[in-house]
Order: sequence, then C-alpha cells, then structure tokens
Amino acid sequence: MLLAIDTSAGTSVAVVDRDRGILAQADEADTRRHAEVIGTLIERVLAEAGVTPRELSGVVAGMGPGPFTGLRVGIAAARAFAFGIGRPVVPLVSHDALALDAREPLLVVTDARRREVAWSSYAAADELGLPVRVGGPRLASPGDLEAAVDRYAGYLRLDAAAIPAGPLGMLGERLFAAGRAFGPTEPLYLRAPDVTPSTGPKRVTG
Amino acid sequence: MRAEPLVLGIETSCDETGIGIVRGTTLLANTIASSMDEHARYGGVVPEVAARAHLEALRPTLETALAEAGVTLDELDAIAVTSGPGLAGALMVGVGAAKALAISLGIPLYAVNHLVGHVGADLLHGPDEPEHELELPTVALLVSGGHTSLLLVRDLANDVELLGETIDDAAGEAFDKVARLLGLPYPGGPQIDAAAATGDPRAIRFPRGLTAPKDQERHRDDFSFSGLKTAVARWVEAARDRAELEGASEVSVPDVAASFRESVADVLTAKAIAACTRLEVPRLLLGGGVVANARVRALAQERADAAGVTLRIPPLSLCTDNGAMIAALGARLMREGHEPSGLDVGADSTLPVTTVQA
Ligand SMILES: [Zn+2]
Repeated sequence: MLLAIDTSAGTSVAVVDRDRGILAQADEADTRRHAEVIGTLIERVLAEAGVTPRELSGVVAGMGPGPFTGLRVGIAAARAFAFGIGRPVVPLVSHDALALDAREPLLVVTDARRREVAWSSYAAADELGLPVRVGGPRLASPGDLEAAVDRYAGYLRLDAAAIPAGPLGMLGERLFAAGRAFGPTEPLYLRAPDVTPSTGPKRVTG
Repeated sequence: MRAEPLVLGIETSCDETGIGIVRGTTLLANTIASSMDEHARYGGVVPEVAARAHLEALRPTLETALAEAGVTLDELDAIAVTSGPGLAGALMVGVGAAKALAISLGIPLYAVNHLVGHVGADLLHGPDEPEHELELPTVALLVSGGHTSLLLVRDLANDVELLGETIDDAAGEAFDKVARLLGLPYPGGPQIDAAAATGDPRAIRFPRGLTAPKDQERHRDDFSFSGLKTAVARWVEAARDRAELEGASEVSVPDVAASFRESVADVLTAKAIAACTRLEVPRLLLGGGVVANARVRALAQERADAAGVTLRIPPLSLCTDNGAMIAALGARLMREGHEPSGLDVGADSTLPVTTVQA
C-alpha cells in the first residue's frame, strides 16, 4: 500500500493498494491552501482506508510540473512522511498519472501560471497500460503550444485542472510491480528562480 | 516523575533550515543548513532560492540532528514548527513537512511563533549545564536580517506583547546594503564588524532613525534604518566625487563602517534600555543574528549596567535562526498543558507575536 501526494495544482492525497485499487482519495481544489490542507487530507485518507502509517510501504510524490510554492508543500510532506515511517519516496512526473492506461496518443496540459502552460505528450500506453511519454514536461505559452508539440494534431488534448493522487499512486504500484524506474528525484520547477543578480549599488544622489 | 518531553523543532522561516531536538529545556541537537552562499551573489535573501534550498536540506538536516542527539524518531513526543512570521514560501516547506512527520509518527504538532521562539532560546542549556529559569517579565530585542522587534514578555506561553518593530528595513538588511555600498561581500554584518574594528565611530555623525522628539509619540519603540542607509550612500557618493574632482583621499571604509555600526547599535540599545526603564522591567534579552555584532553586544552591556538592567545573551548558535529554539518553545507549551495545534494550521508570514502558538 502507498500514500500518494500531489500538489502540482490543488492538493490531492490518496491511499492505494496494488490489488484493491484506490482505497481513499481526498482533494482540495484551492491552489493557494496547500500548506493548510495537507495534514487534514492525509489524516482523512488514512482513516478512510483504515490504514496506519506503518502499514504503508512507500510514499508517492508528484514532482510536478506545477507552480513552485504549492508543488514544494506536497514534496516536503511526502519526503517527511516517508522519512517518518522509514520507507522510500516514490517520485513521479505528475502528468504521467493522467496517461495511465491511455488508449490513444495524449497531450496533457496544465496551468503553469504567468500565462504559460506545462505540457507532456504520450503515445498510447504500453502492453502493461503504463504511460509512454514522448515529449515534455515542458512549458509553452498557450498560443505557441501547437508549434511546440511535435505532431500536435495527432494527440487527444487533455487540459487538466488537477492531478488526482489516486491514479498517481496506482501508477507507482504498477511501475513497482513491473520493475520499472520511477520519476525524477528533484522537483520539476521548469523555471529558474526569479532573481536578477546584483549589479552593484545604485547611486542615490544625482 | 515523568521525563520531560522529547521535541523535534523545524525552522524554515528565512534562509536557514534548522532542525533542533530538545528534552524539555535540555539541548540535544541544533543542526543548521544555510543557503546563505546561494544568496551572496544577489546581495540578499532571495525567497524562491531559500524555499528550494529548504526542500533539499530537510532530510539530510533531520538525519544529522537525530544522529547528533542520539535519539530515534520513535522516541519523539512531539514535533514543533515555525508557522510564522517569515517568508511565506519558505515557511510552507517546514509546515508541510512538520505535519506529515507528526502524522507519520502519530505524535502531536505544535505550530509556534518564530519571534517568541527567539525568546525561548534562552530556556536551553547543555546536557551538563544546570537548568536556569527564564526570568520574567523581560524585554526582548530581536534583530536579524528578517526582523527588528522589541517585545515585552510576561509569560512565554501566554503573554507576549509587541512594543515596536522596524517600519522599513530590518537592521540586518541595513548591514547588507551598506556593506554592498562599501564594496564588501554578503552577508554584511561580519564584514562591517571587521572593517569597523580600525575605524573611528565618531568620524561621521549618521542619523539615528525615529529618535527625534516628534517620533516619541507614535514610534517610541519602533525602528527605521532606511534613512540611515540612504544617508550612508549619500555620504559615500559625495566623498567619492570629491576624491575624483579634487584628488582628495578616498573614502575611509573603516570610518564609514564604524560610524554606521555605531548609529545602529546606538538606536537599538537606547530604545531597548529605554523600554526597560519605562516599563520598570529590569531585564533585557537579545536574540537574532545581529547579536553576533560585537559593538551591539558591548553597547547593550554598557547601557544595561548603567541602567541596572540584567542583560541576557544566549550563545550565538541559539541567537541565529535555529530549530532548537522552536523545539524549546514547543516543549514549554506541551509541559504547560497547551493543546496541540490543529492539523489545518497554516503558514502565516505576518503572524503577530501575540499568537505564541498558531
Ligand atoms: Zn529570526
């Protein structure tokens, strides 16, 4: 059994089991309250699934892409929870959750703020139903998306407002069962921090 | 007798990832990872850079602290975390992690005030040192790159009052900015301190912010360093122009540094001691990274002695931002029977000092 946490858009938390599927999932759509709701949602899914922390064998973390501040809350929580129970973190690309069992080529598009979207493109899922990502995750302005994605017209476009932790957790279970590798160990910020290196002091007198 | 609670504290309000472990008032570990070097090229703390660094530092810092304290996670009685004030994105990393850690271990969470944590630092003592009670009431002067606050603490857990704070820059920020102006690297505090050692503090009379009689009404206990920073900039620019035009000697960095530092130390300590006298509280506690400044400490001691005020300065490693002070405050709240914080507690970048526990 795995706990799964994704805060790449809103906040979504789930408990999943390889054989029994998604046991519980709880979501908060608000994209500015991750730190507030994360604890309550974790507690709720554990209670609903009737699972104690020690029964879990790992914690799935949605590594983005997503807006920095919220994304980090989920990754911090996943890492801390995994540390607390002495089990591994299972990092995954958040978009991959939506391409699980995809029957046709799929383009996942999410909001990246600052008038940009994040996108990942997928071929139809493989023989195990696992996602086959062929492009992304990357950023594009909405107007440039068609040009940015190779063979754009060949994909079924899926604009997602949230990444549900249930499917993300199931992806973790199925990747593990298939002996496949997990996702990136570092957050997919896709943007450098907003800073301008110091150019020396400015004059205050004319 | 029941053993004192074993508490792990998480502090991520600015650029230090601090994990501390205490048993009651006994300090067992105080581990800090700083992203200061990453901010150096920007001349100040960059919030997004700090928040990213917290996320990366969290686990290694936790591991080091537990090893240093010689305790395991199973032994912990509670998690304490800074919920504010501080940089919002940075605070959220700590709050998210603290909640998850508390739930994973099935133990309570205490979300506490960073500034009151600085006062709580004075509760701590080493395993081989005697206990000492925090004598109350006390005035506390907390000065760092992120805050400049004057508090009146009547009861650490229940009664803390904000007397005043900076209305513009924090004192530590002023040190950074003036250091930059003088071509000295970041962080500015230690650089100014070193440069000032051979300078004359009376060489230039820089302004003392909010000390004029007209400020005594509204801003008696408040601070302002923005005007001082501008005054230093003007003075340095004028001196450099003179040097260029008339071949006068270049700016004396030691004199500027010493005179600037004197202005900051003068205002900080004068206002703190005045508050002690006015409120008839014969105790002053210092906290925050600016306590590392030799002149601030010396002038505080001199004036405290003259005013009959007992001055307390915790060890520097407990004055700069750290997780041990957060753990200490959490342990105190727990011992006094305060209920744990709700799991829905948020990060509040402007948490008032009157809210000791969020
Ligand atoms: Zn501080």
